[in-house]
Amino acid sequence: MTARLMEGSEAIAEAMIAAGCRFFAGYPMTPFTEVLEHMARKLPAVGGVCMNAESEIEAVGMAWGAAATGTPAATGSTGQGLSLMQESLAEITLARLPLVVLNMARAQGDYYQATRGGGHGDYRHLVLAPGDVAEAVELVQRAFHLSVRWRNPVLVMGDYYLAHTARSVTVEPLDYGPRPHLDWALDGSTGGSGQAKLISFLGSAKQRHHVGYDLSDHYAACAADSATMVASVEPIAECLDTDDADVVVVAFGTPATYAKAAVRQLRADGARVGLVRPVTLYPFPTDVVAGAAEGARAVAVYENNQGQMVDDVRLAVLERAPVHFIGGLSLDGSGFGIAPDLDVSVLRHRIEQVLAR
Amino acid sequence: MSRTTRVDGHIVVRTDQVPAEPARLVDDFTPALIDVGAHHLCPGCGEPVAMRATLEAVAELDVVRRTIGVFGIGCYTAFSNNLDVEVLQALHGRAPSVATGVKRARPDTIVFTIQGDGDMVNEGLQEVIHSAARGENVTCIMLNNGVFGETGGHMTATTVLGQRTKTSLEGRDPVAHGRPILLATLLAQLDGAAYVARGAVNNAGNVARTKKMLLQALRTQIAGAGFSFVEILTMCPTGWFVETQDAPAYLADNLAAVHTGGVLKDVLGDSDRQEGP
Amino acid sequence: MSRTVLTRGTVVIDTEACKGCDLCIDACPPAVLAMTTHTVNARGYRFPLLFEGCTGCAACSQVCPDFVFQVYKYETPLTVALEGP
Repeated sequence: MTARLMEGSEAIAEAMIAAGCRFFAGYPMTPFTEVLEHMARKLPAVGGVCMNAESEIEAVGMAWGAAATGTPAATGSTGQGLSLMQESLAEITLARLPLVVLNMARAQGDYYQATRGGGHGDYRHLVLAPGDVAEAVELVQRAFHLSVRWRNPVLVMGDYYLAHTARSVTVEPLDYGPRPHLDWALDGSTGGSGQAKLISFLGSAKQRHHVGYDLSDHYAACAADSATMVASVEPIAECLDTDDADVVVVAFGTPATYAKAAVRQLRADGARVGLVRPVTLYPFPTDVVAGAAEGARAVAVYENNQGQMVDDVRLAVLERAPVHFIGGLSLDGSGFGIAPDLDVSVLRHRIEQVLAR
Repeated sequence: MSRTTRVDGHIVVRTDQVPAEPARLVDDFTPALIDVGAHHLCPGCGEPVAMRATLEAVAELDVVRRTIGVFGIGCYTAFSNNLDVEVLQALHGRAPSVATGVKRARPDTIVFTIQGDGDMVNEGLQEVIHSAARGENVTCIMLNNGVFGETGGHMTATTVLGQRTKTSLEGRDPVAHGRPILLATLLAQLDGAAYVARGAVNNAGNVARTKKMLLQALRTQIAGAGFSFVEILTMCPTGWFVETQDAPAYLADNLAAVHTGGVLKDVLGDSDRQEGP
Repeated sequence: MSRTVLTRGTVVIDTEACKGCDLCIDACPPAVLAMTTHTVNARGYRFPLLFEGCTGCAACSQVCPDFVFQVYKYETPLTVALEGP
């Protein structure tokens, strides 16, 4: 397999197809649009279906229907479109369906939406945040695997930079073993058997066997399965030079690339700085961040928002070291998340200020 | 054993045993595809009657083993876990997009939706219109009683002028509340819609006519001819503030006078007629 | 004075399933169904009684929301003598 220069949107589309995705539905919105374009072109060629839905709510609805048939399905948008999808995403989780959801976000202000569950009720989604195009190719495939394994939606957090950065990548299909038989999937065939299948966010007990829907039973069972999922999924983070760091920088997504470059420069100039880059935003790599903060003088959190991931960092670090927020809203006039602050010298300067405290 | 007995002062035919004389069964209690006949919907509710007609149509066309029903949210949701066909529960208004996903992913299945008027014409108007315009090969079924039944009887987009509901207590007024949407009429204008019909379950004749509509709608889907839609006017004596025995007449005089019955579009039937002998 | 009625069919009524909605009464073309006046089922609902003259048309079962009826058609219609008033 040879490497090919492609923008992140195309690489993500290729990765979805490599993972077995055969149904995609979306609504155009910057910077998600190109993913939809690529899927519209590529998916039919492999026998899949790509729907240009008439709204984001219909996009997630169509993906829901496809997922219920056991077809590997995905949808996505940018933050605003994800906002529209929230009721459905919350209930798809209660319906115990696998679904991969892309947020090609504008800046990093959707961290709360993704990790706190932007929808109603109490549910959990796994959230993966690639740092670059190559990692996105891997994480998108992992997302499909995890969503089937746990019968739960998995969110992949991207952004404008990821969508539009072109890299030379090889989209290797990752081997997660044979696809399990999905005994819950619908195809009509159990009709008339006395055991006709039901997929419902209200529960799966049939009146034939039980009096009716019991939401207390169903929600309790979902919560238990969710807790098992969260306890079982290994949190992932990249660590750079944290063992002896005085200041540990924490950043996620493509901005972390800039933070990493700043950290490397400072190290080369003799400063003891390190970086933790959470890759699973949920479950958050609490132990990794805590371990890195042990013995550090300070933790500096960079993110392109008013401060969201910093909450999870504070919860992980506790009294080990003071946590400073060195991020902030950085946007150009378009609002698409093109950040003037994503400049190695800008981030270096902010880290130096924390070093000097 | 005597054929008759005495109840409340009348000589009546015994109805607690199968007939002793030779006879054939014409109609059974609960249709085969409904698991449990007992339900908690109001006395006189038309929705179980519409559900029965729908499932009998599915059985008659012999497509049970490839049918998937997609349910919206309303009183009829009580049937979503009570059928011997595969069911996928959707959110209020959102069944058409979910049905689209099922059908596109598995084109060999027969997919129908069951939605109320509040679900389909209020929350989900966009979804059903787009599915019809797309010519999606699914069958959308609307149980139209002119109220949001499950939440207690409030005005919907199909409530007729003058109809009293909990949010139009003096009767629906065009200035305050606007005018009803006649969904079947709207959908029939879309090129993607191949079969559009409006029936009712307020008397046996209408039930029989509605059953024929459901059969033709499903045949349209089986033939891959495009989007099929059956609107079924159902009684809701609770939501209408009427006695159960007065609800069929209320339906005829009020709802059916506006949402008029009949077949509005039948592409398959038209082509059959053209090819006919 | 006695008269005869042709009864072509009959029904079995699940009286406990009935919710007393009365829809079958008006639906019956030969008008051979009437609700009880005093007797009620376990849930307190009145339920239908069958008089002679049923045609086995199944209108009652078709309009019943509670699946109360099982309808039969006799192979040979019964000619039944009705007792005086």
